[in-house]
Amino acid sequence: MSEPAVPSALEPASATETVAAPTSAIADWIRDLCGDQEWLAWVVITLIGLGALAALASVSAMVLVWMERKVSAHMQLRLGPMRTGWHGALQPMADGLKLLFKEGLLPRTTDLFSYLLAPFIPMATALLALAVIPFSETWQLADPELGIIYVAALSGMSVFAILIGSWGSNNKYSLLGGMRAAAQALSYEISLLLVLMTAVLMSGETAMQAIVQSQEGYFWNWWLIRAPGVGFIAFIAFIISATAELNRAPFDFAESESELTGGFHTEYAGMAFAMFFLAEYVHLLVAACLGAVLFLGGYLPPVPALAFIPGPVWLLVKAFGLVFLFMWFRWTFPRLRIDQLLNLEWKFLMPVALLNLLAAGALRGWGWL
Amino acid sequence: MSNPRDILGPQRFSQSHAAPKLIPPNASVTKRYFIRVVTGVTSLLTGMRVTIGKFFDPRTTVTQQYPENRDELKMAERFRGRVVMPHDADGEHNCTGCTLCEKACPNGSISVLNTKHASGRKILGKYIYRLDSCTLCNLCIEACPFGAIEMGTEFELATTRKEGLVEILNKKAGRL
Repeated sequence: MSEPAVPSALEPASATETVAAPTSAIADWIRDLCGDQEWLAWVVITLIGLGALAALASVSAMVLVWMERKVSAHMQLRLGPMRTGWHGALQPMADGLKLLFKEGLLPRTTDLFSYLLAPFIPMATALLALAVIPFSETWQLADPELGIIYVAALSGMSVFAILIGSWGSNNKYSLLGGMRAAAQALSYEISLLLVLMTAVLMSGETAMQAIVQSQEGYFWNWWLIRAPGVGFIAFIAFIISATAELNRAPFDFAESESELTGGFHTEYAGMAFAMFFLAEYVHLLVAACLGAVLFLGGYLPPVPALAFIPGPVWLLVKAFGLVFLFMWFRWTFPRLRIDQLLNLEWKFLMPVALLNLLAAGALRGWGWL
Repeated sequence: MSNPRDILGPQRFSQSHAAPKLIPPNASVTKRYFIRVVTGVTSLLTGMRVTIGKFFDPRTTVTQQYPENRDELKMAERFRGRVVMPHDADGEHNCTGCTLCEKACPNGSISVLNTKHASGRKILGKYIYRLDSCTLCNLCIEACPFGAIEMGTEFELATTRKEGLVEILNKKAGRL
């Protein structure tokens, strides 16, 4: 896992007083180099930041693909890939090469525009969401005031990829998968947003950087523990609704390998399929980072004494812990039926998230937070 | 992991572990709801405990790293390789030449050619086994009343000579 080199291009307001990190030094150096032409510095820094983001996304997707294969294998009493490199570490490379050399098939009856548009959406939303994840005080591409709302909007966007792709494929199985995914996303978006609002209520902030800063100090200041009960319930609800948003098993209705032969990406081959496939894992990383930022103190160490380990390492440790949790779920739990899925949301998760939001509001109102 | 049953650990499906009937038939809707939530969560946690146990316990892995561990490779007890005829220390086998296996074989892969002992009684002469037409279906082993043949554990059966696939299994003629 290479460390993400995300320079703070737009200089978030909360980061101005912190010590200059190496990446900030790079940004300053570029600014010096460009002199009076501030627009040029802005363009160069932004491009470097976006490149770093894309590199982070592709590298982490590869690591996650490998991790998924190994975790699933060991939970199923197998070993997984063992031949390509050390314990199959180069397997994602081999997968990527294979997909790269495959023919991009174009079925005759597709709706061409939507068919070709769909593979780009999930990757785009994943990268856009990654841009606001704070890896340290300064390693953050952008820190909009409404960072959480922005992430929520993007997570809602990702269902369009499935819907558009399944419609464009002109295949009844794909369309069934897409319709199910739409029902699922519509439902679980509600509890996800309620959970995000709970986090906003607890911290009193909507910018990502500020949410992390509100958990400064020891690990009992993390929102998972600090808000008695409320934080924990919110975390559980976040994990469930994030799993549903990611379309991962046990909520993999968009794919439904067993009954829809792959669902929305049945008709995709080669790089188009690879885009869906990789975006799925970047989304997984984004969701894990989001969970770490909201509930596990983001890039902050559990005790201030461990602050000598840099922030990005802490964030990635926490995020990969959550990723492991998601994988653990996927390879343990039986899949739901579509009615069970909607029952779980509307009869259990949504009421719980709503009551939890009320409780968080009450705690806030009485000044216990 | 020679025995596939060992993978699952001790029998978990005994009577005492049968799913308890937690929801009384006359429970109210609210009560049912909460009981379902609790039992659902506990069953999910049970599953997670099982998978994480398997994840961290390398002894449970069943995958064999075949060409590397060829020397210490242990085949499963019930593995169906080619048919073999075990011989004891004196080089004797248990085959009486009854031809039940020959009759049981759906492919005609077995030919039992009997011969006459000096005393005039019929004994096994040649036990011809044709691996090229054998489907390793185990019917001959089930048919044998004397345990004279069994499924071997050998599986590297590729050969460049067709004749190598036809073999006489008995090392010497049958005894009385």
